[in-house]
Amino acid sequence: MTLTPILTDTWDAERSWKLSTYEAAGGYDGLRAALAMEPGAVVQAVKDSGLRGRGGAGFPTGMKWGFLPPPDGGPRYLVVNADESEPGTCKDIPLMLTSPQHLIEGVIITSYAIGCHHAFIYVRGEVLHVYRRLLAAVEEAYAAGYLGKDVLGTGYDLEVTVHAGAGAYICGEETALLDSLEGLRGQPRLKPPFPAVAGLYARPTVVNNVESIASVPGIIKNGADWFAAMGTEKSQGHGLFSLSGHVQRPGQYEAPLGVTLRELLDLAGGMREGHELKFWTPGGSSTPIFTADQLDTPLDYESVGAAGSMLGTRALQIFDETVCVVRAVSRWTDFYAHESCGKCTPCREGTYWMKQVLHRLETGEGTDGDMDLLLDLCDNILGRAFCALGDGATSPVTSSIKLFRDEYQAHVDGHGCPFDPSAAALFLYTPKSARTPALAGAGGHR
Amino acid sequence: MTADPMVVGPGAAKPTRTGYDKRLDQGTLAQLIADAQAITDRYPDPRSGLLPMLHLVQSVDGYVSRDGILFCAERLGITAAEVSAVATFYTQYKRHPNGKYTVGVCTNTLCAVMGGDAIFDELADHLGVGHDETTDDGAITLERVECNAACDYAPVVMVNWEFFDNQTPASATALADRLRAGEDVAPTRGAASVCSFKQMSRVLAGFSDGRADEDTGTGDPTLAGLRIARERGWTAPDAAAAPAEEAAPVAQTAPKTGEAGSSAARKPTTPSDTQPEGKPGTPEAKPDAGKGGQS
Ligand SMILES: Cc1cc2nc3c(=O)[nH]c(=O)nc-3n(C[C@H](O)[C@H](O)[C@H](O)COP(=O)(O)O)c2cc1C
Ligand code: SF4
Ligand code: FES
Repeated sequence: MTLTPILTDTWDAERSWKLSTYEAAGGYDGLRAALAMEPGAVVQAVKDSGLRGRGGAGFPTGMKWGFLPPPDGGPRYLVVNADESEPGTCKDIPLMLTSPQHLIEGVIITSYAIGCHHAFIYVRGEVLHVYRRLLAAVEEAYAAGYLGKDVLGTGYDLEVTVHAGAGAYICGEETALLDSLEGLRGQPRLKPPFPAVAGLYARPTVVNNVESIASVPGIIKNGADWFAAMGTEKSQGHGLFSLSGHVQRPGQYEAPLGVTLRELLDLAGGMREGHELKFWTPGGSSTPIFTADQLDTPLDYESVGAAGSMLGTRALQIFDETVCVVRAVSRWTDFYAHESCGKCTPCREGTYWMKQVLHRLETGEGTDGDMDLLLDLCDNILGRAFCALGDGATSPVTSSIKLFRDEYQAHVDGHGCPFDPSAAALFLYTPKSARTPALAGAGGHR
Repeated sequence: MTADPMVVGPGAAKPTRTGYDKRLDQGTLAQLIADAQAITDRYPDPRSGLLPMLHLVQSVDGYVSRDGILFCAERLGITAAEVSAVATFYTQYKRHPNGKYTVGVCTNTLCAVMGGDAIFDELADHLGVGHDETTDDGAITLERVECNAACDYAPVVMVNWEFFDNQTPASATALADRLRAGEDVAPTRGAASVCSFKQMSRVLAGFSDGRADEDTGTGDPTLAGLRIARERGWTAPDAAAAPAEEAAPVAQTAPKTGEAGSSAARKPTTPSDTQPEGKPGTPEAKPDAGKGGQS
């Protein structure tokens, strides 16, 4: 396995975010190639490449584009999901900060392919400089004739609007994102109809993740076979693997899908000096946790699925033996309770109750039945929630109880947490309080 | 969904119910109305402009005031209740006058265990305020924030949504002191200095402040993999050299034991490292599209 700098390739250049830097490195060759093709051929190339959505679910990108109904003369939209908020996920933000033109070129090619004349980039509102860079990148692209009327003299017109959200994880869910973009509360819609049929303003719409769209120029420029030659048989191409936590060199590692954590950890200099891997998430907090037993699991959709988790967003959050799994899961649960949009009862009430039970375990007031109570709560959420946020909220709870039930029991038996939180921190300090209560409230965002 | 077409624009002289009429001078009000128009012009349906418009009113008042809600309602031809329903859903819209700087400490799991909890506790003590409270001098509103997509820089603090990476309790209190003293502070990744909450809100409403080319550097984690690739001469495969047939399973491209990059070339990480061969997962097709693991 070797790393494959493709999206990351220009990140170390001087003023990497500028259009001129991107063009000097061959940027916009993909667009020129695409504009010389029939739109249908562009869709076919993306299908042939095997590209699957990089936003978490891994749905084949070309196939999604192919679901749009035939043109009826009305508008069709591309909406880029740049809401990146799944805990652990930190790839799209550096991409847009460092090389926004990669995304813009992808947006233009994709819009051309699906017959869209107004595309939107919905970026979370909590990243000011990223938003500045995107606004400027779009301006530069207009000035260079890549956007606006008559793109590069081809007669094709495209407008791009960069839209800032206002702080809500649920707006990353594609239908909640569309409601939010329409100026409403960001709550998921019933599917079907899927966005391909009735999306933004009830018109045919493609919603794709930033990294998915940014991968398109390379496919068009270098060919579907080039892309498909990377990765595994069913999980093709390159991906950003984001290592965080107790590793020597956390950061972005762009590699073919199918790389293992063992290989990535090796590149990242291993675990924090003198410590051992305890547990990790393969794809963000909504994916069941792994332990050292999965160090050699190829990080592709199929292998991670077969091992009992999900590749998700390749957000590898790595925790060493100093970290209390109950504390970690309790905090993630606070997150889900805080971000639950309140639309459906299993998630709104279930995350709230899970939070209460986890808090009492942490503070030493847990009872012997609490682990089963948590599993029962998860049972009542999984598969019954309106959207995947609720399902995701159960992943850390069920997987951690399965793997670390003794540690939960130790909180009950010892009337509190047996871990010293300062041992997990990167600096020395004396804890002020036993635990820091996190954000309050469920069924809303306050 | 369609919002009723409404009468907007600088020419719309009909009296408004918002307190802005009395509170803002004519020039400012005209500008605000023109800005609101510029926002709605970006979208096929004006209602899509509500989120940016709420950022815009925060750039005037420093929070979503009652006047601001009425202003949005009037510009969009919807009710104040409809605007409130949206404003209360999103955490970035503040119900009380915000400090000049929002200092947000990430206390989601990864940052929390790496030190975010300690940073928050220290700041709360140091400033004498808790979550979503503002210091008496109006300088700082302290917040716990959720994962801000910078976990590779944990623990992370955001000031007016600019990145302050790899913080400690000492660095965070020093930062807070400088903010309160009115000094310019520079994020670790972002513009040359942090702007005020109101200025930030105007940018989030979609009005560029011309600062996109300012840069305090690309951080080490962002470049971690790229640097290794450069050192070892690793590049993306050659476009021409990719024969159609070779969609090779990763096993064929994995390094042989002993090569750089193979698991043998690193120090043991876990007890299982010292045991022979872990078990690679079986590549079984079980795509679970639509569920879980989303960012
Ligand atoms: C709660 C929740 C949050 C999500 N957040 C994001 C996100 O921030 N970015 C993203 O691309 N996809 C996110 N998704 C997945 C989207 O719903 C959708 O699958 C994705 O944007 C499709 O793009 P892709 O096919 O290119 O991956 C989220 C899903 C859920 C249920
Ligand atoms: S699962 Fe949670 S986030 Fe999704 S619709 Fe139900 S309440 Fe909202
Ligand atoms: S957990 Fe703090 S930035 Fe992700």
